Amino acid sequence: MTVVTDVVCPLCGSVCDDIEVEVEENKITKVIKGACAVGKSKLQGHERIKSPMIRVNGVLKECSYDEAIKKAAELLAKARRPLLYGWSSTVCEADKVGIALAEEIGGVVDNTASVCHGPSVLAIQDVGIPCCTLGQIKNRADLVIYWGSNPANAHMNHMKRYSYISKGYFLPGGKKDKKLAVVDVRETSTSKMAELFAQIEPGKDFLLFSAVRAVLMGYEDIVPDEVGGIPKEKIVTLANMIKESRFFITFFGMGVTQSRCRQNNIVNAIQTTRAGHLHTKGAIMPMRGHYNVNGFNQVCTWETGYPFAVDFSRGFAWYNPGETASTDLLGRGECDVALIIASDPASHFPADAVKHLARIPVIIIDPYHNPTTEFADIVIPSAICGIEAEGSVYRMDNVPIRVRKVVNTDYMSDEEIVERILEEVRAIKEKEGE
Amino acid sequence: MVEELRIKNGVVYDPINGVNGERREICIRDGKIVEDVMNPKVIDAEGKVVMPGGVDVHAHIAGGKVNSGRIFRPEDERRGREPKTKVCRSQSGYSVPNTFTTGYRYAKMGYTFVMEPAMPPLLARHTHEEFIDIPILDKAALPLIDNNWMTFDYVKSGDSEKLAAYIAWMIKATKGYGVKLVNPGGTDAWGWAKNQGLNDESEDWGITPAEIIRALAEANEKFEMPHAIHLHQNNLGHPGNFEMTLETYDVTEGVKASKDRSVTHLTHQQFFSYGGTSWKDFESQAKAIAEYVNKNEHVSIDTGTVILGDTTTMTADGPMEYSLYQITGRKWTNCDVELETGAGITPFLYSGKVGVHSIQWTIGLELMLLVKDPWKVALTTDHPNAGPFIGYPIVISTLMSKKRRDEVLSEIHSAVYDKSELPSIDREYDLNEIAIITRAGTAKILGLQEHGKGHLGVGADGDVAIYDISPEERDAGKIQRAFMNTKYTIKGGQIVVKDGEVVAAPEGRTFLVEPIFEDEEIYKEMLSDLETKFRDYYSVTMRNYPVQDAYTPHPYVIKAPMAK
Repeated sequence: MTVVTDVVCPLCGSVCDDIEVEVEENKITKVIKGACAVGKSKLQGHERIKSPMIRVNGVLKECSYDEAIKKAAELLAKARRPLLYGWSSTVCEADKVGIALAEEIGGVVDNTASVCHGPSVLAIQDVGIPCCTLGQIKNRADLVIYWGSNPANAHMNHMKRYSYISKGYFLPGGKKDKKLAVVDVRETSTSKMAELFAQIEPGKDFLLFSAVRAVLMGYEDIVPDEVGGIPKEKIVTLANMIKESRFFITFFGMGVTQSRCRQNNIVNAIQTTRAGHLHTKGAIMPMRGHYNVNGFNQVCTWETGYPFAVDFSRGFAWYNPGETASTDLLGRGECDVALIIASDPASHFPADAVKHLARIPVIIIDPYHNPTTEFADIVIPSAICGIEAEGSVYRMDNVPIRVRKVVNTDYMSDEEIVERILEEVRAIKEKEGE
Repeated sequence: MVEELRIKNGVVYDPINGVNGERREICIRDGKIVEDVMNPKVIDAEGKVVMPGGVDVHAHIAGGKVNSGRIFRPEDERRGREPKTKVCRSQSGYSVPNTFTTGYRYAKMGYTFVMEPAMPPLLARHTHEEFIDIPILDKAALPLIDNNWMTFDYVKSGDSEKLAAYIAWMIKATKGYGVKLVNPGGTDAWGWAKNQGLNDESEDWGITPAEIIRALAEANEKFEMPHAIHLHQNNLGHPGNFEMTLETYDVTEGVKASKDRSVTHLTHQQFFSYGGTSWKDFESQAKAIAEYVNKNEHVSIDTGTVILGDTTTMTADGPMEYSLYQITGRKWTNCDVELETGAGITPFLYSGKVGVHSIQWTIGLELMLLVKDPWKVALTTDHPNAGPFIGYPIVISTLMSKKRRDEVLSEIHSAVYDKSELPSIDREYDLNEIAIITRAGTAKILGLQEHGKGHLGVGADGDVAIYDISPEERDAGKIQRAFMNTKYTIKGGQIVVKDGEVVAAPEGRTFLVEPIFEDEEIYKEMLSDLETKFRDYYSVTMRNYPVQDAYTPHPYVIKAPMAK
């Protein structure tokens, strides 16, 4: 038995990196400390896809990696409108190869941000974002606001490591020195801890941001008696909490990005933060879900100029979410082959997009079975990044961390698989004399 | 790859070796300049200008804030897009180009080395990941070590040995090249939405920016560091800041350099050479700054010359970007980095119709024309802050042609005739001086001449730029075109650009400095202080912090022993 320290958790956007595990016979047998319940479950492993498979006459048949990769490359090389989607639960090294592959075949490359924080990206492109790293919050933020997010259940270590419950340099008393406010459509484990909880009516976030912003900018008189089910008094109290803080942070989740008004909510949230900045110091941050959803956006941006939904059919990178995002492409029935990696669109995409996906050849690269593997035509199992493979990931605050390889595996890594597919595609194209 | 290359008949400008426009042959074997070659590929450079590969002393090309600039400016990415070719990846962007484009465009201008001058240590991995994706160029990065709480502690306690131990650790941990300072003290104060002047005492730490600057300069000189401290001082971009600039220059006077170079490199001084009391009576004070540089040996500068047009500003000077955003009302991104630094980004348009912008444009040129010794001044645009690096050929042609300057002056805001010396300056740069401010001098400022950069002597890197221009050419348009697209760029003996097209895109190297701190006891004590910082205040562990070797696949390591 050996103890491995400083293990990085490959689960959520908090990317906890102080985990200790016990390894016995090349298996993580125990998580000693650092990980939350969900993280522990991932680190200790569960049912895997055993072998590469190709669907023959409607049934998935086991095959070799070589066969699966060759077949995948053939499909992609002859595709007219291929989609390469996912990329968020894998490392940046794999993402890079994926972008090169998309460029090679003139495909569309997109990640799960399309259906989670894509609207946040659009808002940032509109107005920018005042942000900071999570340690800055730990050390300075005396007011923490979670809006449309519930870290007590979704990012379970977030408050303890970085925000409300953590102790910091200027806040040595931890939560004694800090205030917590929560805005959500329902009572949650997080809201129960809050000094101020505003239970907002669904779809009314835009209005409430506007109201808080108005108070911060000195227009309290124009705020009506009630906004989105929240009495004016409470709105003024929240605005005053912001004004009186030394450093406030708003964390927002998919309760705001994927509800009515979408990116406009985030524009307003950012503008509200700027309004707070007239009085004190403030920052705002999206609660990113997958541990490396941000990493794909980072890599895609430095390699193509754009963070997601990049279409290479013109030879150069073309970006126009609404036209080039994966759900747009599938919704229009345009895509003829899809490579899905490290994600499960069958569970998360709109019904018409999933229907189209089920009609076309689908290649999936993933360690685990999921609803998308149910109709995939080629299934390629991969090593689990952060446990069996190493590489870069970007935490929700843009801090890059290298996830570790803790145990050995016979599974190929995502990076190797995509690299092999790319090599095969290039070989096919060369043969065709392109 | 061609193993041997002979460039014949070219007119060579190699200022480090005292070659000023002479017909010389350049021979390259296995990537290095040699005396002679046996079976070379021959390039006939008849009537053309031959220089060492360009060396950029200061350009923000990679890392967290550059990428934040790209993310929030899709409108910039749409400028300058090019489809993938057999050699090149697809290209996007103008002021914040994608990584591949950065490599190609520099190579087309004849540059082969670029210094990324502001690497937040906590985000160092990001900078290096982007470096891997910038082809052709050799690169290095300067970690920010001036707003770090460890630095503050040691400045406060006056513990110069531990400070030296800390910078040694930090430069190694980040795979960096030297010591960068950006608004020392002020960026940390921005954590509370405040700022600091040179002699303001910090409320939290009880020290002044001047003390930080002096202490870091002394710590840097404890090692044989190739480069001086690289300083973006306090009070950037404010009318009347030239007085604080001159005071800042005095701060490191008397510090003894451990090598033959300045003690302090002051960057993009255009932004620090402002007179007046407000934007209304704003004027150039470039003359005062240039006079100081002319008289003193402990400083070198680069200019941050303005390129008129739209760009993306970005700096670790968080409070400055916020005030700029308040002026323009355009989009604004900020990123404070715990215990270390910060960053701000906002788009900006330098317009010739605006008096202040027009005067700013003159200042960057005045500095270069009024500093007499070209070895003390480097051409930069503080890419992309005063303009994108692809504006360098414009600056070069403007320096070489009084006529072009007069043309521009007559087209921009007339305030320039009252508020700037530029209209009265007749000096025109020659090609030798251009070679100094773009490669030879910058290589010396960075301490790279010992490592094969900035010259064409035997043993130097086979990095050569051949410009399709006669040495006698005075036409500004022709000069600009020639410096925009080389006839040939050769990197490490390989032809990477031919007739202005990228023909090969090999991977570049990363230059790293390893300061060697000798006293193990003191080093251990410093590590114990650092462990406390990680345990209590950082959001990552100390073991996960240093940049792993995987991020520098082609390292070039420069050891910096303790100074004797």
